[in-house]
Amino acid sequence: MPIELADVSIEDELRAQIGAVAASGGEIEIIGGGSKRFYGESIEALPVDVSAHSGIIDYDPAELVITLRAGCKLAQVEALLAEQRQMFGFEPPCFGEDATIGGTVATGLAGPRRAYAGSIRDFVLGVKLLDGRGQVLQFGGRVIKNVAGFDVSRLMVGALGTLGIILEVSIRVVPQLETEITLAYEHASADEHIRWVNRLGSKPYPISASLWYDGRSLLRLSGSEQGVRQASAQLGGEEIESGWLDVKEQRLDFFDRAEPLSRISLPPTTPDLLPGRSQLIEWGGARRWLCGEADVDAVRDQVAGAGGSLCAFQRHAPDVPRFHPLAPTMLTLQRNLKASFDPARIFNPGKLYPGL
Amino acid sequence: MSDTQRQQLAARFREFLPDENVIDQKTSLATYECDGLSAYREQPLLVLLPENIAHVQQIMRLCHEQRLPVVSRGAGTSLSGGALPHAEGVVLSLAKMKRILQVDELARTAVVEPGVRNLAISEAVKEKGLYYAPDPSSQIACSIGGNVAENAGGVHCLKYGLTLHNILALKVVGADGEIFEIDQRSLHTDGYDLMPLLVGSEGMLGIVVEVTVKLLPIPRCARVVMAVFDSVEKAGDSVAAIIAEGIIPAGIEMMDNPAIRAAEDFVHANYPVEAEAILICELDGTEEEVSAQIELVEQVLRAGGAVETRLAKDETERLLFWSGRKAAFPAVGRISPDYYCIDGTIPRKSLAAVLAEVRQLSEQYGLPVANVFHAGDGNLHPLILYDANKEGELEKTEQLGSKILQLCIHHGGTITGEHGVGVEKLGEMCIQFSDAERNQFHALRECFDPLKILNPGKAIPTLARCAEHNAMHVHGGELPFPELERF
Ligand SMILES: Cc1cc2nc3c(=O)[nH]c(=O)nc-3n(C[C@H](O)[C@H](O)[C@H](O)COP(=O)(O)OP(=O)(O)OC[C@H]3O[C@@H](n4cnc5c(N)ncnc54)[C@H](O)[C@@H]3O)c2cc1C
Repeated sequence: MPIELADVSIEDELRAQIGAVAASGGEIEIIGGGSKRFYGESIEALPVDVSAHSGIIDYDPAELVITLRAGCKLAQVEALLAEQRQMFGFEPPCFGEDATIGGTVATGLAGPRRAYAGSIRDFVLGVKLLDGRGQVLQFGGRVIKNVAGFDVSRLMVGALGTLGIILEVSIRVVPQLETEITLAYEHASADEHIRWVNRLGSKPYPISASLWYDGRSLLRLSGSEQGVRQASAQLGGEEIESGWLDVKEQRLDFFDRAEPLSRISLPPTTPDLLPGRSQLIEWGGARRWLCGEADVDAVRDQVAGAGGSLCAFQRHAPDVPRFHPLAPTMLTLQRNLKASFDPARIFNPGKLYPGL
Repeated sequence: MSDTQRQQLAARFREFLPDENVIDQKTSLATYECDGLSAYREQPLLVLLPENIAHVQQIMRLCHEQRLPVVSRGAGTSLSGGALPHAEGVVLSLAKMKRILQVDELARTAVVEPGVRNLAISEAVKEKGLYYAPDPSSQIACSIGGNVAENAGGVHCLKYGLTLHNILALKVVGADGEIFEIDQRSLHTDGYDLMPLLVGSEGMLGIVVEVTVKLLPIPRCARVVMAVFDSVEKAGDSVAAIIAEGIIPAGIEMMDNPAIRAAEDFVHANYPVEAEAILICELDGTEEEVSAQIELVEQVLRAGGAVETRLAKDETERLLFWSGRKAAFPAVGRISPDYYCIDGTIPRKSLAAVLAEVRQLSEQYGLPVANVFHAGDGNLHPLILYDANKEGELEKTEQLGSKILQLCIHHGGTITGEHGVGVEKLGEMCIQFSDAERNQFHALRECFDPLKILNPGKAIPTLARCAEHNAMHVHGGELPFPELERF
């Protein structure tokens, strides 16, 4: 059955609503599908549901670009792309069937393929935005190469809605790959995995994901039938069932615990900073999930020293800042950026950092 | 500024820069009066050549204090006048900062100074089996700092991305002389992602003083097929057909008849001079993969109406096929006293329509146009042939160029794919963006540079300028193409 997405614009209503909020000095929390509402600081502001703003503005598979209203459901859009044997290159997690495209852009979260194909930022080509003055602005476009004006559309990725309401977005899509296999290897320590997976990176293997957990490394190869077969012959390892959907959606046992979950980002070749702790390592060593109680401040210092950051992703105490602290001058710059889009601080105030 | 004042200013810079790194003689300044867009020229007060980051900081502190405009300059190959000097300001040339500071083989990264030439990076890491992917045609000359400032692309960027996609960290000296860093080696940043703002910012948000680039393993095998067409339409449709097969070529380029003739005449690449269009399509990967895919691509090309397909039989012939495309600009330069390179992007499906309209405009203006086209990503480079020595011909050329860019906007594209706005496309920026959008650009700039000393007058036109521009171009009370959504 062909996929049909609701085709409804609530742009005028949103504009009127933001105008009224701006006039009355109010604050709002932008809500899409609510699937990633946990991400960031919890804030108290008037919830505004934008998920009804849905529909495909333009999709011509041969152009490798799709333009959507931000309320479109991620899962539906992915199904629609799959009909054309296409997909999003950054493998976004849904975390629930209500996830929207707008929330996908605003959180900037990406799945296992990110280290090998790029982040959502790399694929965003243009946005239509409702700013804090109630103005509708458009930046970027629907073409792959575009350097007219500052690249504001990509600034929206990971901004957690603090710069405005994303109304529409154009995203580059990629062809689905012909074949995919998963190989498993024994690596007792994280360091063994980190060295191994980075050494593989300097060879042109069609790697599309990597993972280490509990003494075992997994590698996903994706590409043409010939390319994948040839690489797997050279790489050895035990071929196993694919379990990457559960990695992307964080449904593995590792994630399913009551303890706090931290996301540690590090330059990929950094040696293991937390030997003996319960970690799951993705992205060729660049993303290391830590499950368990931790002295967040101390780990943050350690991680920062190695050029990385720690996000208190889920289940941390409410007084732990979610995101890695910014240097004072950087925080000032980011506050100024926020003010340039949203001078009255209407949108998701404090969701990312105090003052943003 | 009087000559004495200029000397006094030079003396202040000589307090921390070696004497010869401060250029103040008119004859030597002339070398810097234009970039690759030589129709625009201006002499700066001084040219400064820092040798390290501390120098850049000291320069910026003094310029900040004196409110002096600063124009950064890499290799000066910009085609939009981005590095055009400011008459009341200094040129800050990064040419002496050209060391490769570190190559990390395991992490596949290189840390380089901004003045390093694009190609020098790939040359330095070649023996490790690695390379830096973005390959602008100017790669022998252009600097990595300039590439970052323009978000430069190349023939391989459909598959491997633009400069933005191949940069992991930047060290930047801000307008006040303070350093800030954007470090994404960990593939993530908490807070706003400033990388896309800085990349492509045309020297207006800071001076890039150190760049960490991503290196990729050299593909085991690369093969090229050239397809010959008797219409540009069939060539354009064939590109879509290849992509519909799920293949992303490493590079896919198109040239029209005038461009084919000019290139053939220059490099003798064995191009078919009677053809209306050729496509050059490169595939890379493992040998098996490439052989299988290239067979499929040849089938698609023939089914799409190619009158002939030629597979480069070896590496020498592969490079020969590319040589014509890579030398297209100078080749056109040989057959005309001057040429003007346009840089619009369009959705690929509009190619045939746009080229037909360009041909019409070319006849209307009486100026020949040769077209080269990054066909995979819709980036069009019409080259207008003209003679600057003929009275009024440059003005006519600029008008034709502007008409072509408006055509790109009209078809849902953009006025610049990779060469930047610079001074050249300020007028078209007034058409592509609304007042509110341009205000947002100005506000962003002021977050980084409240005194507006970094490359003033470039990239983002003032509201006053746009009011004037649009008043001149409004016909019957309407903007050009009022029906068009500017997205
Ligand atoms: C024959 C020819 C072919 C070309 N082909 C291509 C192509 O295929 N793809 C493409 O994208 N471009 C191409 N270009 C355009 C040009 O080479 C690119 O824009 C290149 O990135 C400019 O680099 P540069 O070092 O010469 O910079 P410059 O011309 O010196 O400067 C360009 C801009 O960058 C700023 N800048 C320079 N260095 C810094 C720095 N360190 N920090 C901050 N700002 C800085 C300048 O102020 C200016 O605004 C071509 C040009 C020529 C002449």
